[in-house]
Amino acid sequence: MSENPRAKAPSRRQFLSGAAAVGVGAVGASAARAAGPDPLITQVQEWAQATGEGVDATPYGLPIQFESDVVRRNVEWLTADTISSINFTPIHALDGTITPQGCAFERHHSGAIELSKADYRLMINGLVETPLIFTYEDLERFPRENRIYFCECAANTGMEWAGAQLNGAQFTHGMIHNMEYSGVPLRTLLEEAGVKPEGKWVYVEGADASSNGRSIPLEKAMDDVLVAFKANGEALRKEHGYPVRLVVPGWEGNMWVKWLRRVEVTEMAIESREETSKYTDTLEDGTSRKWTWVMDAKSVVTSPSPQAPITHGPGPLVITGLAWSGRGSITGVDVSVDGGKNWVPARLAAPGTDKALTRFYLDHNWDGSEMLLQARAKDSTGYVQPSKAQLRDVRGENSIYHNNCIQTWWIKENGEAENVEVS
Amino acid sequence: MSKYRKLLAASALGLCVAVPAHADKLGLGRPALPEEIAAWNHDIAPDGTGLPEGSGDVFTGEEVFAERCAICHGDFAEGVDNWPKLAGGEGTLADKDPLKTVGSYWPHLSTVWDYVNRSMPFGDAQSLEPDDVYAIVAYILYSNDIVDDEFTLSHENFLEVEMPNAGGFIVDDRETAEAHFWTDEPCMTDCKEGVEITMRAAVLDVTPDEAGADSAEPASVSEEASVEVEETAEDTAALDPEMIENGEKVFKKCKSCHQVGEGAKHRTGPALNGVVGANAAAVEGFKYSKAMKAAAEDGLIWTDEEMAAFLAKPKAYMKGTRMSFAGLKKQDDIDAVIVYLKSFGS
Repeated sequence: MSENPRAKAPSRRQFLSGAAAVGVGAVGASAARAAGPDPLITQVQEWAQATGEGVDATPYGLPIQFESDVVRRNVEWLTADTISSINFTPIHALDGTITPQGCAFERHHSGAIELSKADYRLMINGLVETPLIFTYEDLERFPRENRIYFCECAANTGMEWAGAQLNGAQFTHGMIHNMEYSGVPLRTLLEEAGVKPEGKWVYVEGADASSNGRSIPLEKAMDDVLVAFKANGEALRKEHGYPVRLVVPGWEGNMWVKWLRRVEVTEMAIESREETSKYTDTLEDGTSRKWTWVMDAKSVVTSPSPQAPITHGPGPLVITGLAWSGRGSITGVDVSVDGGKNWVPARLAAPGTDKALTRFYLDHNWDGSEMLLQARAKDSTGYVQPSKAQLRDVRGENSIYHNNCIQTWWIKENGEAENVEVS
Repeated sequence: MSKYRKLLAASALGLCVAVPAHADKLGLGRPALPEEIAAWNHDIAPDGTGLPEGSGDVFTGEEVFAERCAICHGDFAEGVDNWPKLAGGEGTLADKDPLKTVGSYWPHLSTVWDYVNRSMPFGDAQSLEPDDVYAIVAYILYSNDIVDDEFTLSHENFLEVEMPNAGGFIVDDRETAEAHFWTDEPCMTDCKEGVEITMRAAVLDVTPDEAGADSAEPASVSEEASVEVEETAEDTAALDPEMIENGEKVFKKCKSCHQVGEGAKHRTGPALNGVVGANAAAVEGFKYSKAMKAAAEDGLIWTDEEMAAFLAKPKAYMKGTRMSFAGLKKQDDIDAVIVYLKSFGS
């Protein structure tokens, strides 16, 4: 094998690049002639002779063994304990826009609980005509909607405020997933209980021991918030709030309360721990912004990136990534290979949709020289994703949350990539 | 808020696609009973709405805090390891590395009471009586020099406490303070003169290793693992599988501090593989309390009986243990969790 750019590269990539090396013989030229016949073709392979597994071998299918490195990952030093912690979606290895539930990031405050549909109850109380209790079965009898939305933790990219820190798109941008939800509009349930005129907010709360609760203005609650019980066509996973979670489109993930058990209509915001001590953004002068709910427009190149280096040498290269905005839809993504000096429009795989991930591609002919790779998103409100310097000018370095700056990957001549900051 | 309104209009238009038609109530669900609402409706608003009657003083708070909170938050609310610091940090919010605590950051006292009451102690939430919560909150205030040691906090004087950073917050102003990000047509060519790399993540080197790197020597690892599995299988042959299963459920109460099984590590409490039948305080790399070390010197062995007595009432069994757990009330639960622990061999 001529080149293996990263000693630590996981087995799947070794397998892929190894196979490519055998088949093509030379790195780089796409139309290079083979040095000799490829034994994978000239020899009868075991899989072409013997039979494979029968149906029912895996009643619920899992990814094939060769994909075993495409998993959620944790950064241990971030938190005191995995029970109150977060892990990251392997966005560097995914394509398209829908995140499979099994590798969609998790964030728990008191661990993922097991709550059955039979034991599930949802209470609507506070400033309503009739406080109500719904069972899971009740929820399934309300008219239902299907919507695709991204869910991004407010702390996504939060470790990068003070400088380039984590070396991988999974770690810098992986606190995000994008699923198709089936559920009932919260508006429908609130109307069933009858909101009193003095009600201005809802306080939503989960059933787990953390009692995570957030205040949401009634205007939003009556707009596009969903009480969801299915994601990507199947039941929510335990780690995402089975059997019922809240979907708060475009707004920070902490508000998407899992194991939703109570919606209280109130006159004022409760200002719980998660909306005062946490999820508030401290500016340079020590003042802090609160109620920073909406997720600003953002994008990232997912490949090539530190965990997805270029293994094939110069020539045709697919540069791809994700873009999203909590204020609306993505209208365009620009890509720079020279650290933001010059930009070219990327191709959107499909027109951007409201508060959902958009996939972009730049079909590039790589000359094998170093690149400083960046992506810049634009949304339907005219917002353009800012550079790190632009963000720091307004917010300083202590915000923790809502870091939507332009990310830079330094692609080296050997195809390796590194998370860097540029002037 | 203009952009937000524009957006509402846009999404309203989008809704014509497929919204189910329903104007009337469907009559689903049932009215919530007053006792049900009382059981769940515990949130406390900044104006004190929802606070139950009660009181607690700093002195009592110190005792309750030492017993229920200090294992993670430290005796003086200064925080242990990566667990939250609750005191200190005054005047650091504009520093490079601000220390955000109840005293330096939290704007409302209601939030402290509410969070302690509903979400703490970690792993044993909703187990505190209102008077205990008042006392703990009084002690946290005292630890932050907001009240003196004679102070008693109650529902009556609750709103009189002034939080130092109450005025430290502004409502999200991104649409005005960052209006210049709405540029519509950004620069496309020759946008800056030179580009230099100013910082590299690899230099810092804090990224977890790739999953593939862990299996660098797969042969030896799997050999060890298979030996371990065989031993465990032998040991567990005699254990009742139903008891193991029940014990696993009970162990959820222990999980916030203890790990057991393959790859178990020390957390707030020691890893528990092989603990039943072993000498007390015998696991390497864990900092036991003085009381536990003394008991070990006196020859304490975690037999079924000793373990059962400890789990029933840890603090009564061993004065001075750091294990901040009230104890398992049911004998069945104690028996099951001991069998479960045994299933992880020695």
